[in-house]
Amino acid sequence: MSVGMSGALRLKLENIVKEYPGCRANDGIDLTVKAGEIHALLGENGAGKSTLMKVIYGVVQPDEGRMLWNGHPLKVDSPAEARAKGIGMVFQHFSLFETLTVAENIALGLPASEARDRRQLEQHIRQVSERYGMVLDPRRYVSTLSVGERQRVEIVRCLIQESTLLILDEPTSVLTPQEVTALFDTLRRLAREGCSILFISHKLEEVRSLCHKATVLRQGRVSGDCRPSEVSATDIARLMVGDDTPISTEVTRVEPGDVLLEIRKLSWKSRDPFGTSLNEVNLDLHQGEIVGIAGVAGNGQDELLKALSGEIRVDKGGIDLGGLGIGSLSPDQRRKLGVAIVPEERLGRGAVPGMTLAENALLTASGQGLVKQGMIRFDRVREFAHAVIQRFGVRCNGENSNAASLSGGNLQKYIIGREALQNPRLLVASHPTWGVDVGSAVAIHEALVQLRDAGAAILLISEDLDELFQLCNRIGALCGGRLSPMAPAAELGIEQLGQWMAGDFDSMEAPHAAA
Amino acid sequence: MLLLERRPVDSSLMRWASPVLALVLTVLTGFVLFLAMGKDPVEGLRFFFITPISDLIGLAELGLKMAPLLLCAAGLTVCYRAKLWNIGAEGHFLMGAVGASAVAVQLVDMTGFWVLPVVLLAGILSGALWAAIAAGLKTHLHCNEILTTIMLNYIALNLLLYAVHGPLKDPYGFGFPQSVMFADSALLPELIPGTRLHLGLAFGLLAAVAVWVMFARSFIGFQLKVVGQDHRAAAFAGFGARRLAWFAFLVGGATAGLAGASEVTGPIGQLVPQVSPGYGYTAIIVVFLGRMHALGIIAASALLALTFIGGEMLQIAMNMPKAVTGLFQGLLLFYLLTCDAFIHYRIRLRRPARQFTPRAATTATQEA
Repeated sequence: MSVGMSGALRLKLENIVKEYPGCRANDGIDLTVKAGEIHALLGENGAGKSTLMKVIYGVVQPDEGRMLWNGHPLKVDSPAEARAKGIGMVFQHFSLFETLTVAENIALGLPASEARDRRQLEQHIRQVSERYGMVLDPRRYVSTLSVGERQRVEIVRCLIQESTLLILDEPTSVLTPQEVTALFDTLRRLAREGCSILFISHKLEEVRSLCHKATVLRQGRVSGDCRPSEVSATDIARLMVGDDTPISTEVTRVEPGDVLLEIRKLSWKSRDPFGTSLNEVNLDLHQGEIVGIAGVAGNGQDELLKALSGEIRVDKGGIDLGGLGIGSLSPDQRRKLGVAIVPEERLGRGAVPGMTLAENALLTASGQGLVKQGMIRFDRVREFAHAVIQRFGVRCNGENSNAASLSGGNLQKYIIGREALQNPRLLVASHPTWGVDVGSAVAIHEALVQLRDAGAAILLISEDLDELFQLCNRIGALCGGRLSPMAPAAELGIEQLGQWMAGDFDSMEAPHAAA
Repeated sequence: MLLLERRPVDSSLMRWASPVLALVLTVLTGFVLFLAMGKDPVEGLRFFFITPISDLIGLAELGLKMAPLLLCAAGLTVCYRAKLWNIGAEGHFLMGAVGASAVAVQLVDMTGFWVLPVVLLAGILSGALWAAIAAGLKTHLHCNEILTTIMLNYIALNLLLYAVHGPLKDPYGFGFPQSVMFADSALLPELIPGTRLHLGLAFGLLAAVAVWVMFARSFIGFQLKVVGQDHRAAAFAGFGARRLAWFAFLVGGATAGLAGASEVTGPIGQLVPQVSPGYGYTAIIVVFLGRMHALGIIAASALLALTFIGGEMLQIAMNMPKAVTGLFQGLLLFYLLTCDAFIHYRIRLRRPARQFTPRAATTATQEA
């Protein structure tokens, strides 16, 4: 792991300050990245990681401070200039044209002289991709590539532009465990050859296995740096969240009760050509159990959630709740039967941004005596909202604050609390802690476990495998709209789950989309 | 370089100042226009805005014009709060007038307190039925309601012309395209004796109050607001968008239909081709000027009613064309929409932007 540690200084940031109205996103940040170093940039959402990357990549200009590039002062006015200097970046959301081929996409970022000779470029792409173990066919259309392959296109693009600093923003969040391993091999090889890598992440174990150094940000400042392989994940987490926040919940396992929800051969055909159809999904869910569904985004998770919430109607028999076919019922009818849903999008689906928390309580809790003869009982609405805020520690200026004014974590606590306080029999939660600060995530996990202990059946859809293994009794994976078998979390290996996430779970059929 | 940039928070001051600012700009532009036409602008503005309402008769006339505007605007508010852009109040209004008249001409010999309610009900149902066509096209065939309602307005106008030239034409009317005069039992009672002001204004005020209660207190009002602000949240909550669209269209049709019925059973007393000077269209301006709020709509309907009688006054007193009413209404809506931009945006002075914008590098997206 000491490879490249003695390299020359590639990038040095001194006292970088970037201020936005009402928020000092970067408050005097120092950072040094050596040649051949894999350097982790850690921090919670809102700690200032994205802003710092944008400063380096020339998307925004710092208000104060200076940058040194290979020892010389660096001023980057635009991403194009950054690329010309050898700084490449792979965003979380890729910037690829789906209707163009791999080579065409890469040609777009090159000077005309290099882009013109397509045959030579294709040759170049093959060479680079093979050399670093990222197999790519330059003639394939991006629309036919898997998410992992698209990421390779982005990385190869940076390499062809001869980047000597590669910035990767949460690169593993879209990958299966196997793809993550392959990516890390590539990154290690790049580092050995002298390329510096700035690796933005909040997954501590990954950082510990991959990175030589780590800089941790908290509230716009550097809260510490360390050699990740030499300290524990808990120590790093402490640097990220500060001293007074609980870092994780201890989850006790319990024996589940009777079957509450039965999904039998649930199929649904998407009308959207880019959508995912559900294909013969089978699932049993018991009272007092949390079942997890893993999977790379876009493999039918949202469709499954909608089929359960009633936003998508399916056959009556497909979904059975306590002996009653609910597949054809509307969301409010299902809610009356004790179904509670926490959708992935907090603002714009789980809550209306421009409305107050009290009004947002009415969105799903109108059946809790908040409406009488068609008229809203505002005193009760406020009481209900107030109870949610109190019970679940939602930080806000009372029940009349706008939903949009809350931080992601606090709004999520409010939404989960709103559903939990209605004592649901079934709770389906999608990515409940995505983009949520560690403290809120712990509170959300506790709320889920409490609901489970109260006898509710919980279906947890998440991309965060740590979360799934921590909370769930049983885990399976969705791939291409098909659900893998379920296995007890204690017996399921991460390798096995990774294969399921890649669609490799039915030997009778060809694997759907091997990575 | 001037830059229009989004405000971090919408300006609540601008929200209410915008209509006032729009009115001031409209008056200023009117001033310039009068000058350009060689008329005395002070005189012109006085005839337009002040003379018409300087006595009781004038105020009663104002109320008379407010009635249909208020009724139409109340119904449109229900639609617009749910972001259903129903432009069809004019058509609903005309069909309401035709439907009410069709019943009223059957009942010319009838006396009794039931005649008027039956006639009004016919108007309400006709308006609602007309709106139901647009609602069905919207919810079942996904037709854009702006286009369908505008087209249905023209169809309604031609149905009105057909009615007064054909089935509803007064056989002893010397060939004029109009119906017989309705029986007294089918006419709305006067509100102020000696003026033409009739019960229609009370209907309008009631409708405005009802809309206020609906959106301030009722659950269906809340559901309509959610559908309008965030249709994904509405789908998630299970507020049926179709059901609510039907509700909004039917309410919009019913109120505009009542406005049409009140017009033929009120000041006119028969069906004539020119039953509406464009009340249904003007009501759209009323809704936006009044900020979709009951009190605002009442004030805005008074102002827009004034443009009708002010326009007539200018024709008489200063020999100006009739188009002056439409001109002032158009100016008002134009300035209002312009000023409304400053609720969400503000102007800032800035250096010219860089040639290469970072966004351009990340335009392409992918479905993850």
